[in-house]
Amino acid sequence: MSEFLGIFVEEAREHLQEMEAMLLALRIDTVTTDDLNKIFRAAHSIKGGSATFGLNSVTELAHVLESLLDRLRDRRLALTTEMVDALLRSTDLLGEQISEHEGRGTVDARVVEELCERIRRLTESPASAASPIAPSTSTPKPAKPLGIEGVAFGFFDDAEATPASLATPPLPPSPSSIAVAESVSEPGLLPTEPRSNGPAPVTSAAAVAAHESSSIRVGVEKVDQIINLVGELVITQAMLAQCVDSAGTQRLEKLKAGLDQLDRNTRALQEAAMAIRMMPISAVFNRFPRVVRDVAARLGKEVDLKLVGEGTELDKGLIERIVDPLTHLVRNSLDHGLEAPAERIACGKPVKGTITLRASHQGGNIVIEVSDDGRGLSRERILAKARERGIAVADNPSDGEVWALIFEAGFSTADKVTDVSGRGVGMDVVRSNIHSLGGRVEIHSEAGLGTRMTVRLPLTLAILDGMSVSCGGETFIVPLTFIVESLRPSPESIRTVGSQGRVLQIRGKYLPMVTLHELLGMSAPAVGDAGVPEEGILIVIDTEEMRMALLVDALLGQHQVVIKSLETNYRKVPGISGATIMGDGRVALILDAAGLGRLAASQRRERELAELASAFPGATASPTSPALLTHRPRAQPELALS
Amino acid sequence: MTKTILTVDDSPSIRQMVAATLRRGGYTVVEAVDGVDALARAGSHDDVALVLTDQNMPNMDGLTLTRNLRADERYARTPILMLTTESSAEMKASGKAAGLTGWMVKPFDPKTLLAVIAKVLN
Repeated sequence: MSEFLGIFVEEAREHLQEMEAMLLALRIDTVTTDDLNKIFRAAHSIKGGSATFGLNSVTELAHVLESLLDRLRDRRLALTTEMVDALLRSTDLLGEQISEHEGRGTVDARVVEELCERIRRLTESPASAASPIAPSTSTPKPAKPLGIEGVAFGFFDDAEATPASLATPPLPPSPSSIAVAESVSEPGLLPTEPRSNGPAPVTSAAAVAAHESSSIRVGVEKVDQIINLVGELVITQAMLAQCVDSAGTQRLEKLKAGLDQLDRNTRALQEAAMAIRMMPISAVFNRFPRVVRDVAARLGKEVDLKLVGEGTELDKGLIERIVDPLTHLVRNSLDHGLEAPAERIACGKPVKGTITLRASHQGGNIVIEVSDDGRGLSRERILAKARERGIAVADNPSDGEVWALIFEAGFSTADKVTDVSGRGVGMDVVRSNIHSLGGRVEIHSEAGLGTRMTVRLPLTLAILDGMSVSCGGETFIVPLTFIVESLRPSPESIRTVGSQGRVLQIRGKYLPMVTLHELLGMSAPAVGDAGVPEEGILIVIDTEEMRMALLVDALLGQHQVVIKSLETNYRKVPGISGATIMGDGRVALILDAAGLGRLAASQRRERELAELASAFPGATASPTSPALLTHRPRAQPELALS
Repeated sequence: MTKTILTVDDSPSIRQMVAATLRRGGYTVVEAVDGVDALARAGSHDDVALVLTDQNMPNMDGLTLTRNLRADERYARTPILMLTTESSAEMKASGKAAGLTGWMVKPFDPKTLLAVIAKVLN
């Protein structure tokens, strides 16, 4: 039975989602019987399934819900906003109850009871009597859990529809009319108490584990495509095998063609396999009508939510992990971005604010925007708050730099902590979540016009677009999302600034410059060492905290690489996010920009301490660490430039 | 030869569970997702010995399905059982009028289901 419980859980969640979506789309005054019927059927299916699988708490709530919906669809009751609220609340609770049965979380029985009571009151509300639409003569169905104290089965006999006796077994087996129920004397056949027939609520570790190895629904055409490609691959393989068998120089040409074909097929197969993990972002977007409705109601704001590009596909793993950051951004827009109705009217804006969620593909990335037509960010307030919180601010910061301040830890521009956004989870968590997915977030804002937060994510967590670079004879991958630009520095663009170490002067700004081999503590000598960075290549990368210039020996090329976890195969290494296997079979480490930034910062602190210490025994002239001088410059014959 | 049972339910979990139970009981099972689907399948199978249906389904409900099946002379005497969450007198009256052979309340015990079916099919 447990094998079907999993199917039921998935099914019930779909019903709940469907119910929620329909409830949110309902217009009280123009609701159709068809809509109500569909919602009723969803509740009914949940009730039937939960009863069958022994999820009794679910059955009870679903039953109360169904009674209300039944009267609504029969038009014995008129729909009110209060009912929609209660129904929406029920979908939440039912979801929680189902999770509880899977062993995740607990549901307070009193909360359920309160809601049941609330729905019962609504079901029996005087509105039903006042309802203008023909009240049915039939009595409302009893609000008791059915099939629990009743008889479990029965047959219709000619005289009247009675539940069959459980005791007597006379058996005229004329199938069309009379039949009689099971005999008590047959052991093991009788339903003693139907409630006990269902499986016990599942809370075992196995059930939890089963949930974690979550399933994915895939379009048939995606699977078909892979099967086709595997077929192609088999053919190509056979063709190559034949070539090798009848080897000869004239075959070389054919072998080459076969290899090319194999290469194409493999690539296509890889893409098709990745596509299986792809799901439309509507899986995330669909929750927002509800979030916006609830939050807007609590804040007393009027909001229209627009969803654009819901069909945009991204990796299932990303879908699950982008929900929280996006929810936070949306709540933030609702709370801080959009003005209260009165303020909007005063500004000559429509009373209803608009929040737009937009998803699209751009290159190898998925771009998700959360934009509002609210008041925009305030430079003055952000700067004042940053100073108050002791957050370092550049002189004459650009708008972008000011906006980025709101992602700093401990920053909140809300004048007071509200129920909506002041939950101790700040925008800094949003940013680090997005960074951990290999993505970035940017802000555009215009005073009085609104704010747009743009989240860029890789399409998948399994493959990454990277630049391969060489350093000290090793190959490293720098994720493209972090690279701002690459350049070969001129000698005069590198300065040594006191304790900061070396900096790169670029377009009038100074960026800290770090050498990769130094950062990772590699012993091998590299070009672009202390004396001559201009022999190497500087990659300007965006780390979580700052922009910095990373010195490497050479750029090798741009690749898509398959990410292998270093942590599961080895251990966590600071500054490295994972590893990949290159075409030649060698392992290359994937650099983690945020980690490198932290490494650089800690090394700078150490250097400063070392300098302080060495300053007292007396006087080295060089402001840079002596360690730097131990590396010998080495000529690099060939340098690839992008 | 094993007997064929047509089981009709829009809920995949219940339908699959019922089907699995019936197969374990040694029956051949034909599954349908709603009344319309069931009618089509009933039409293309000549050997359906028993129909097991849900009431609430999209497109066509169980009672309508029963009336439609009874109108087909091949199914005039085929036992039709309804799996339902409701056992009110109202439902029983309409079930009888539609031509149902019997009913069984969800949740049900697989053993009881098989026993009831065995009795009906005798």
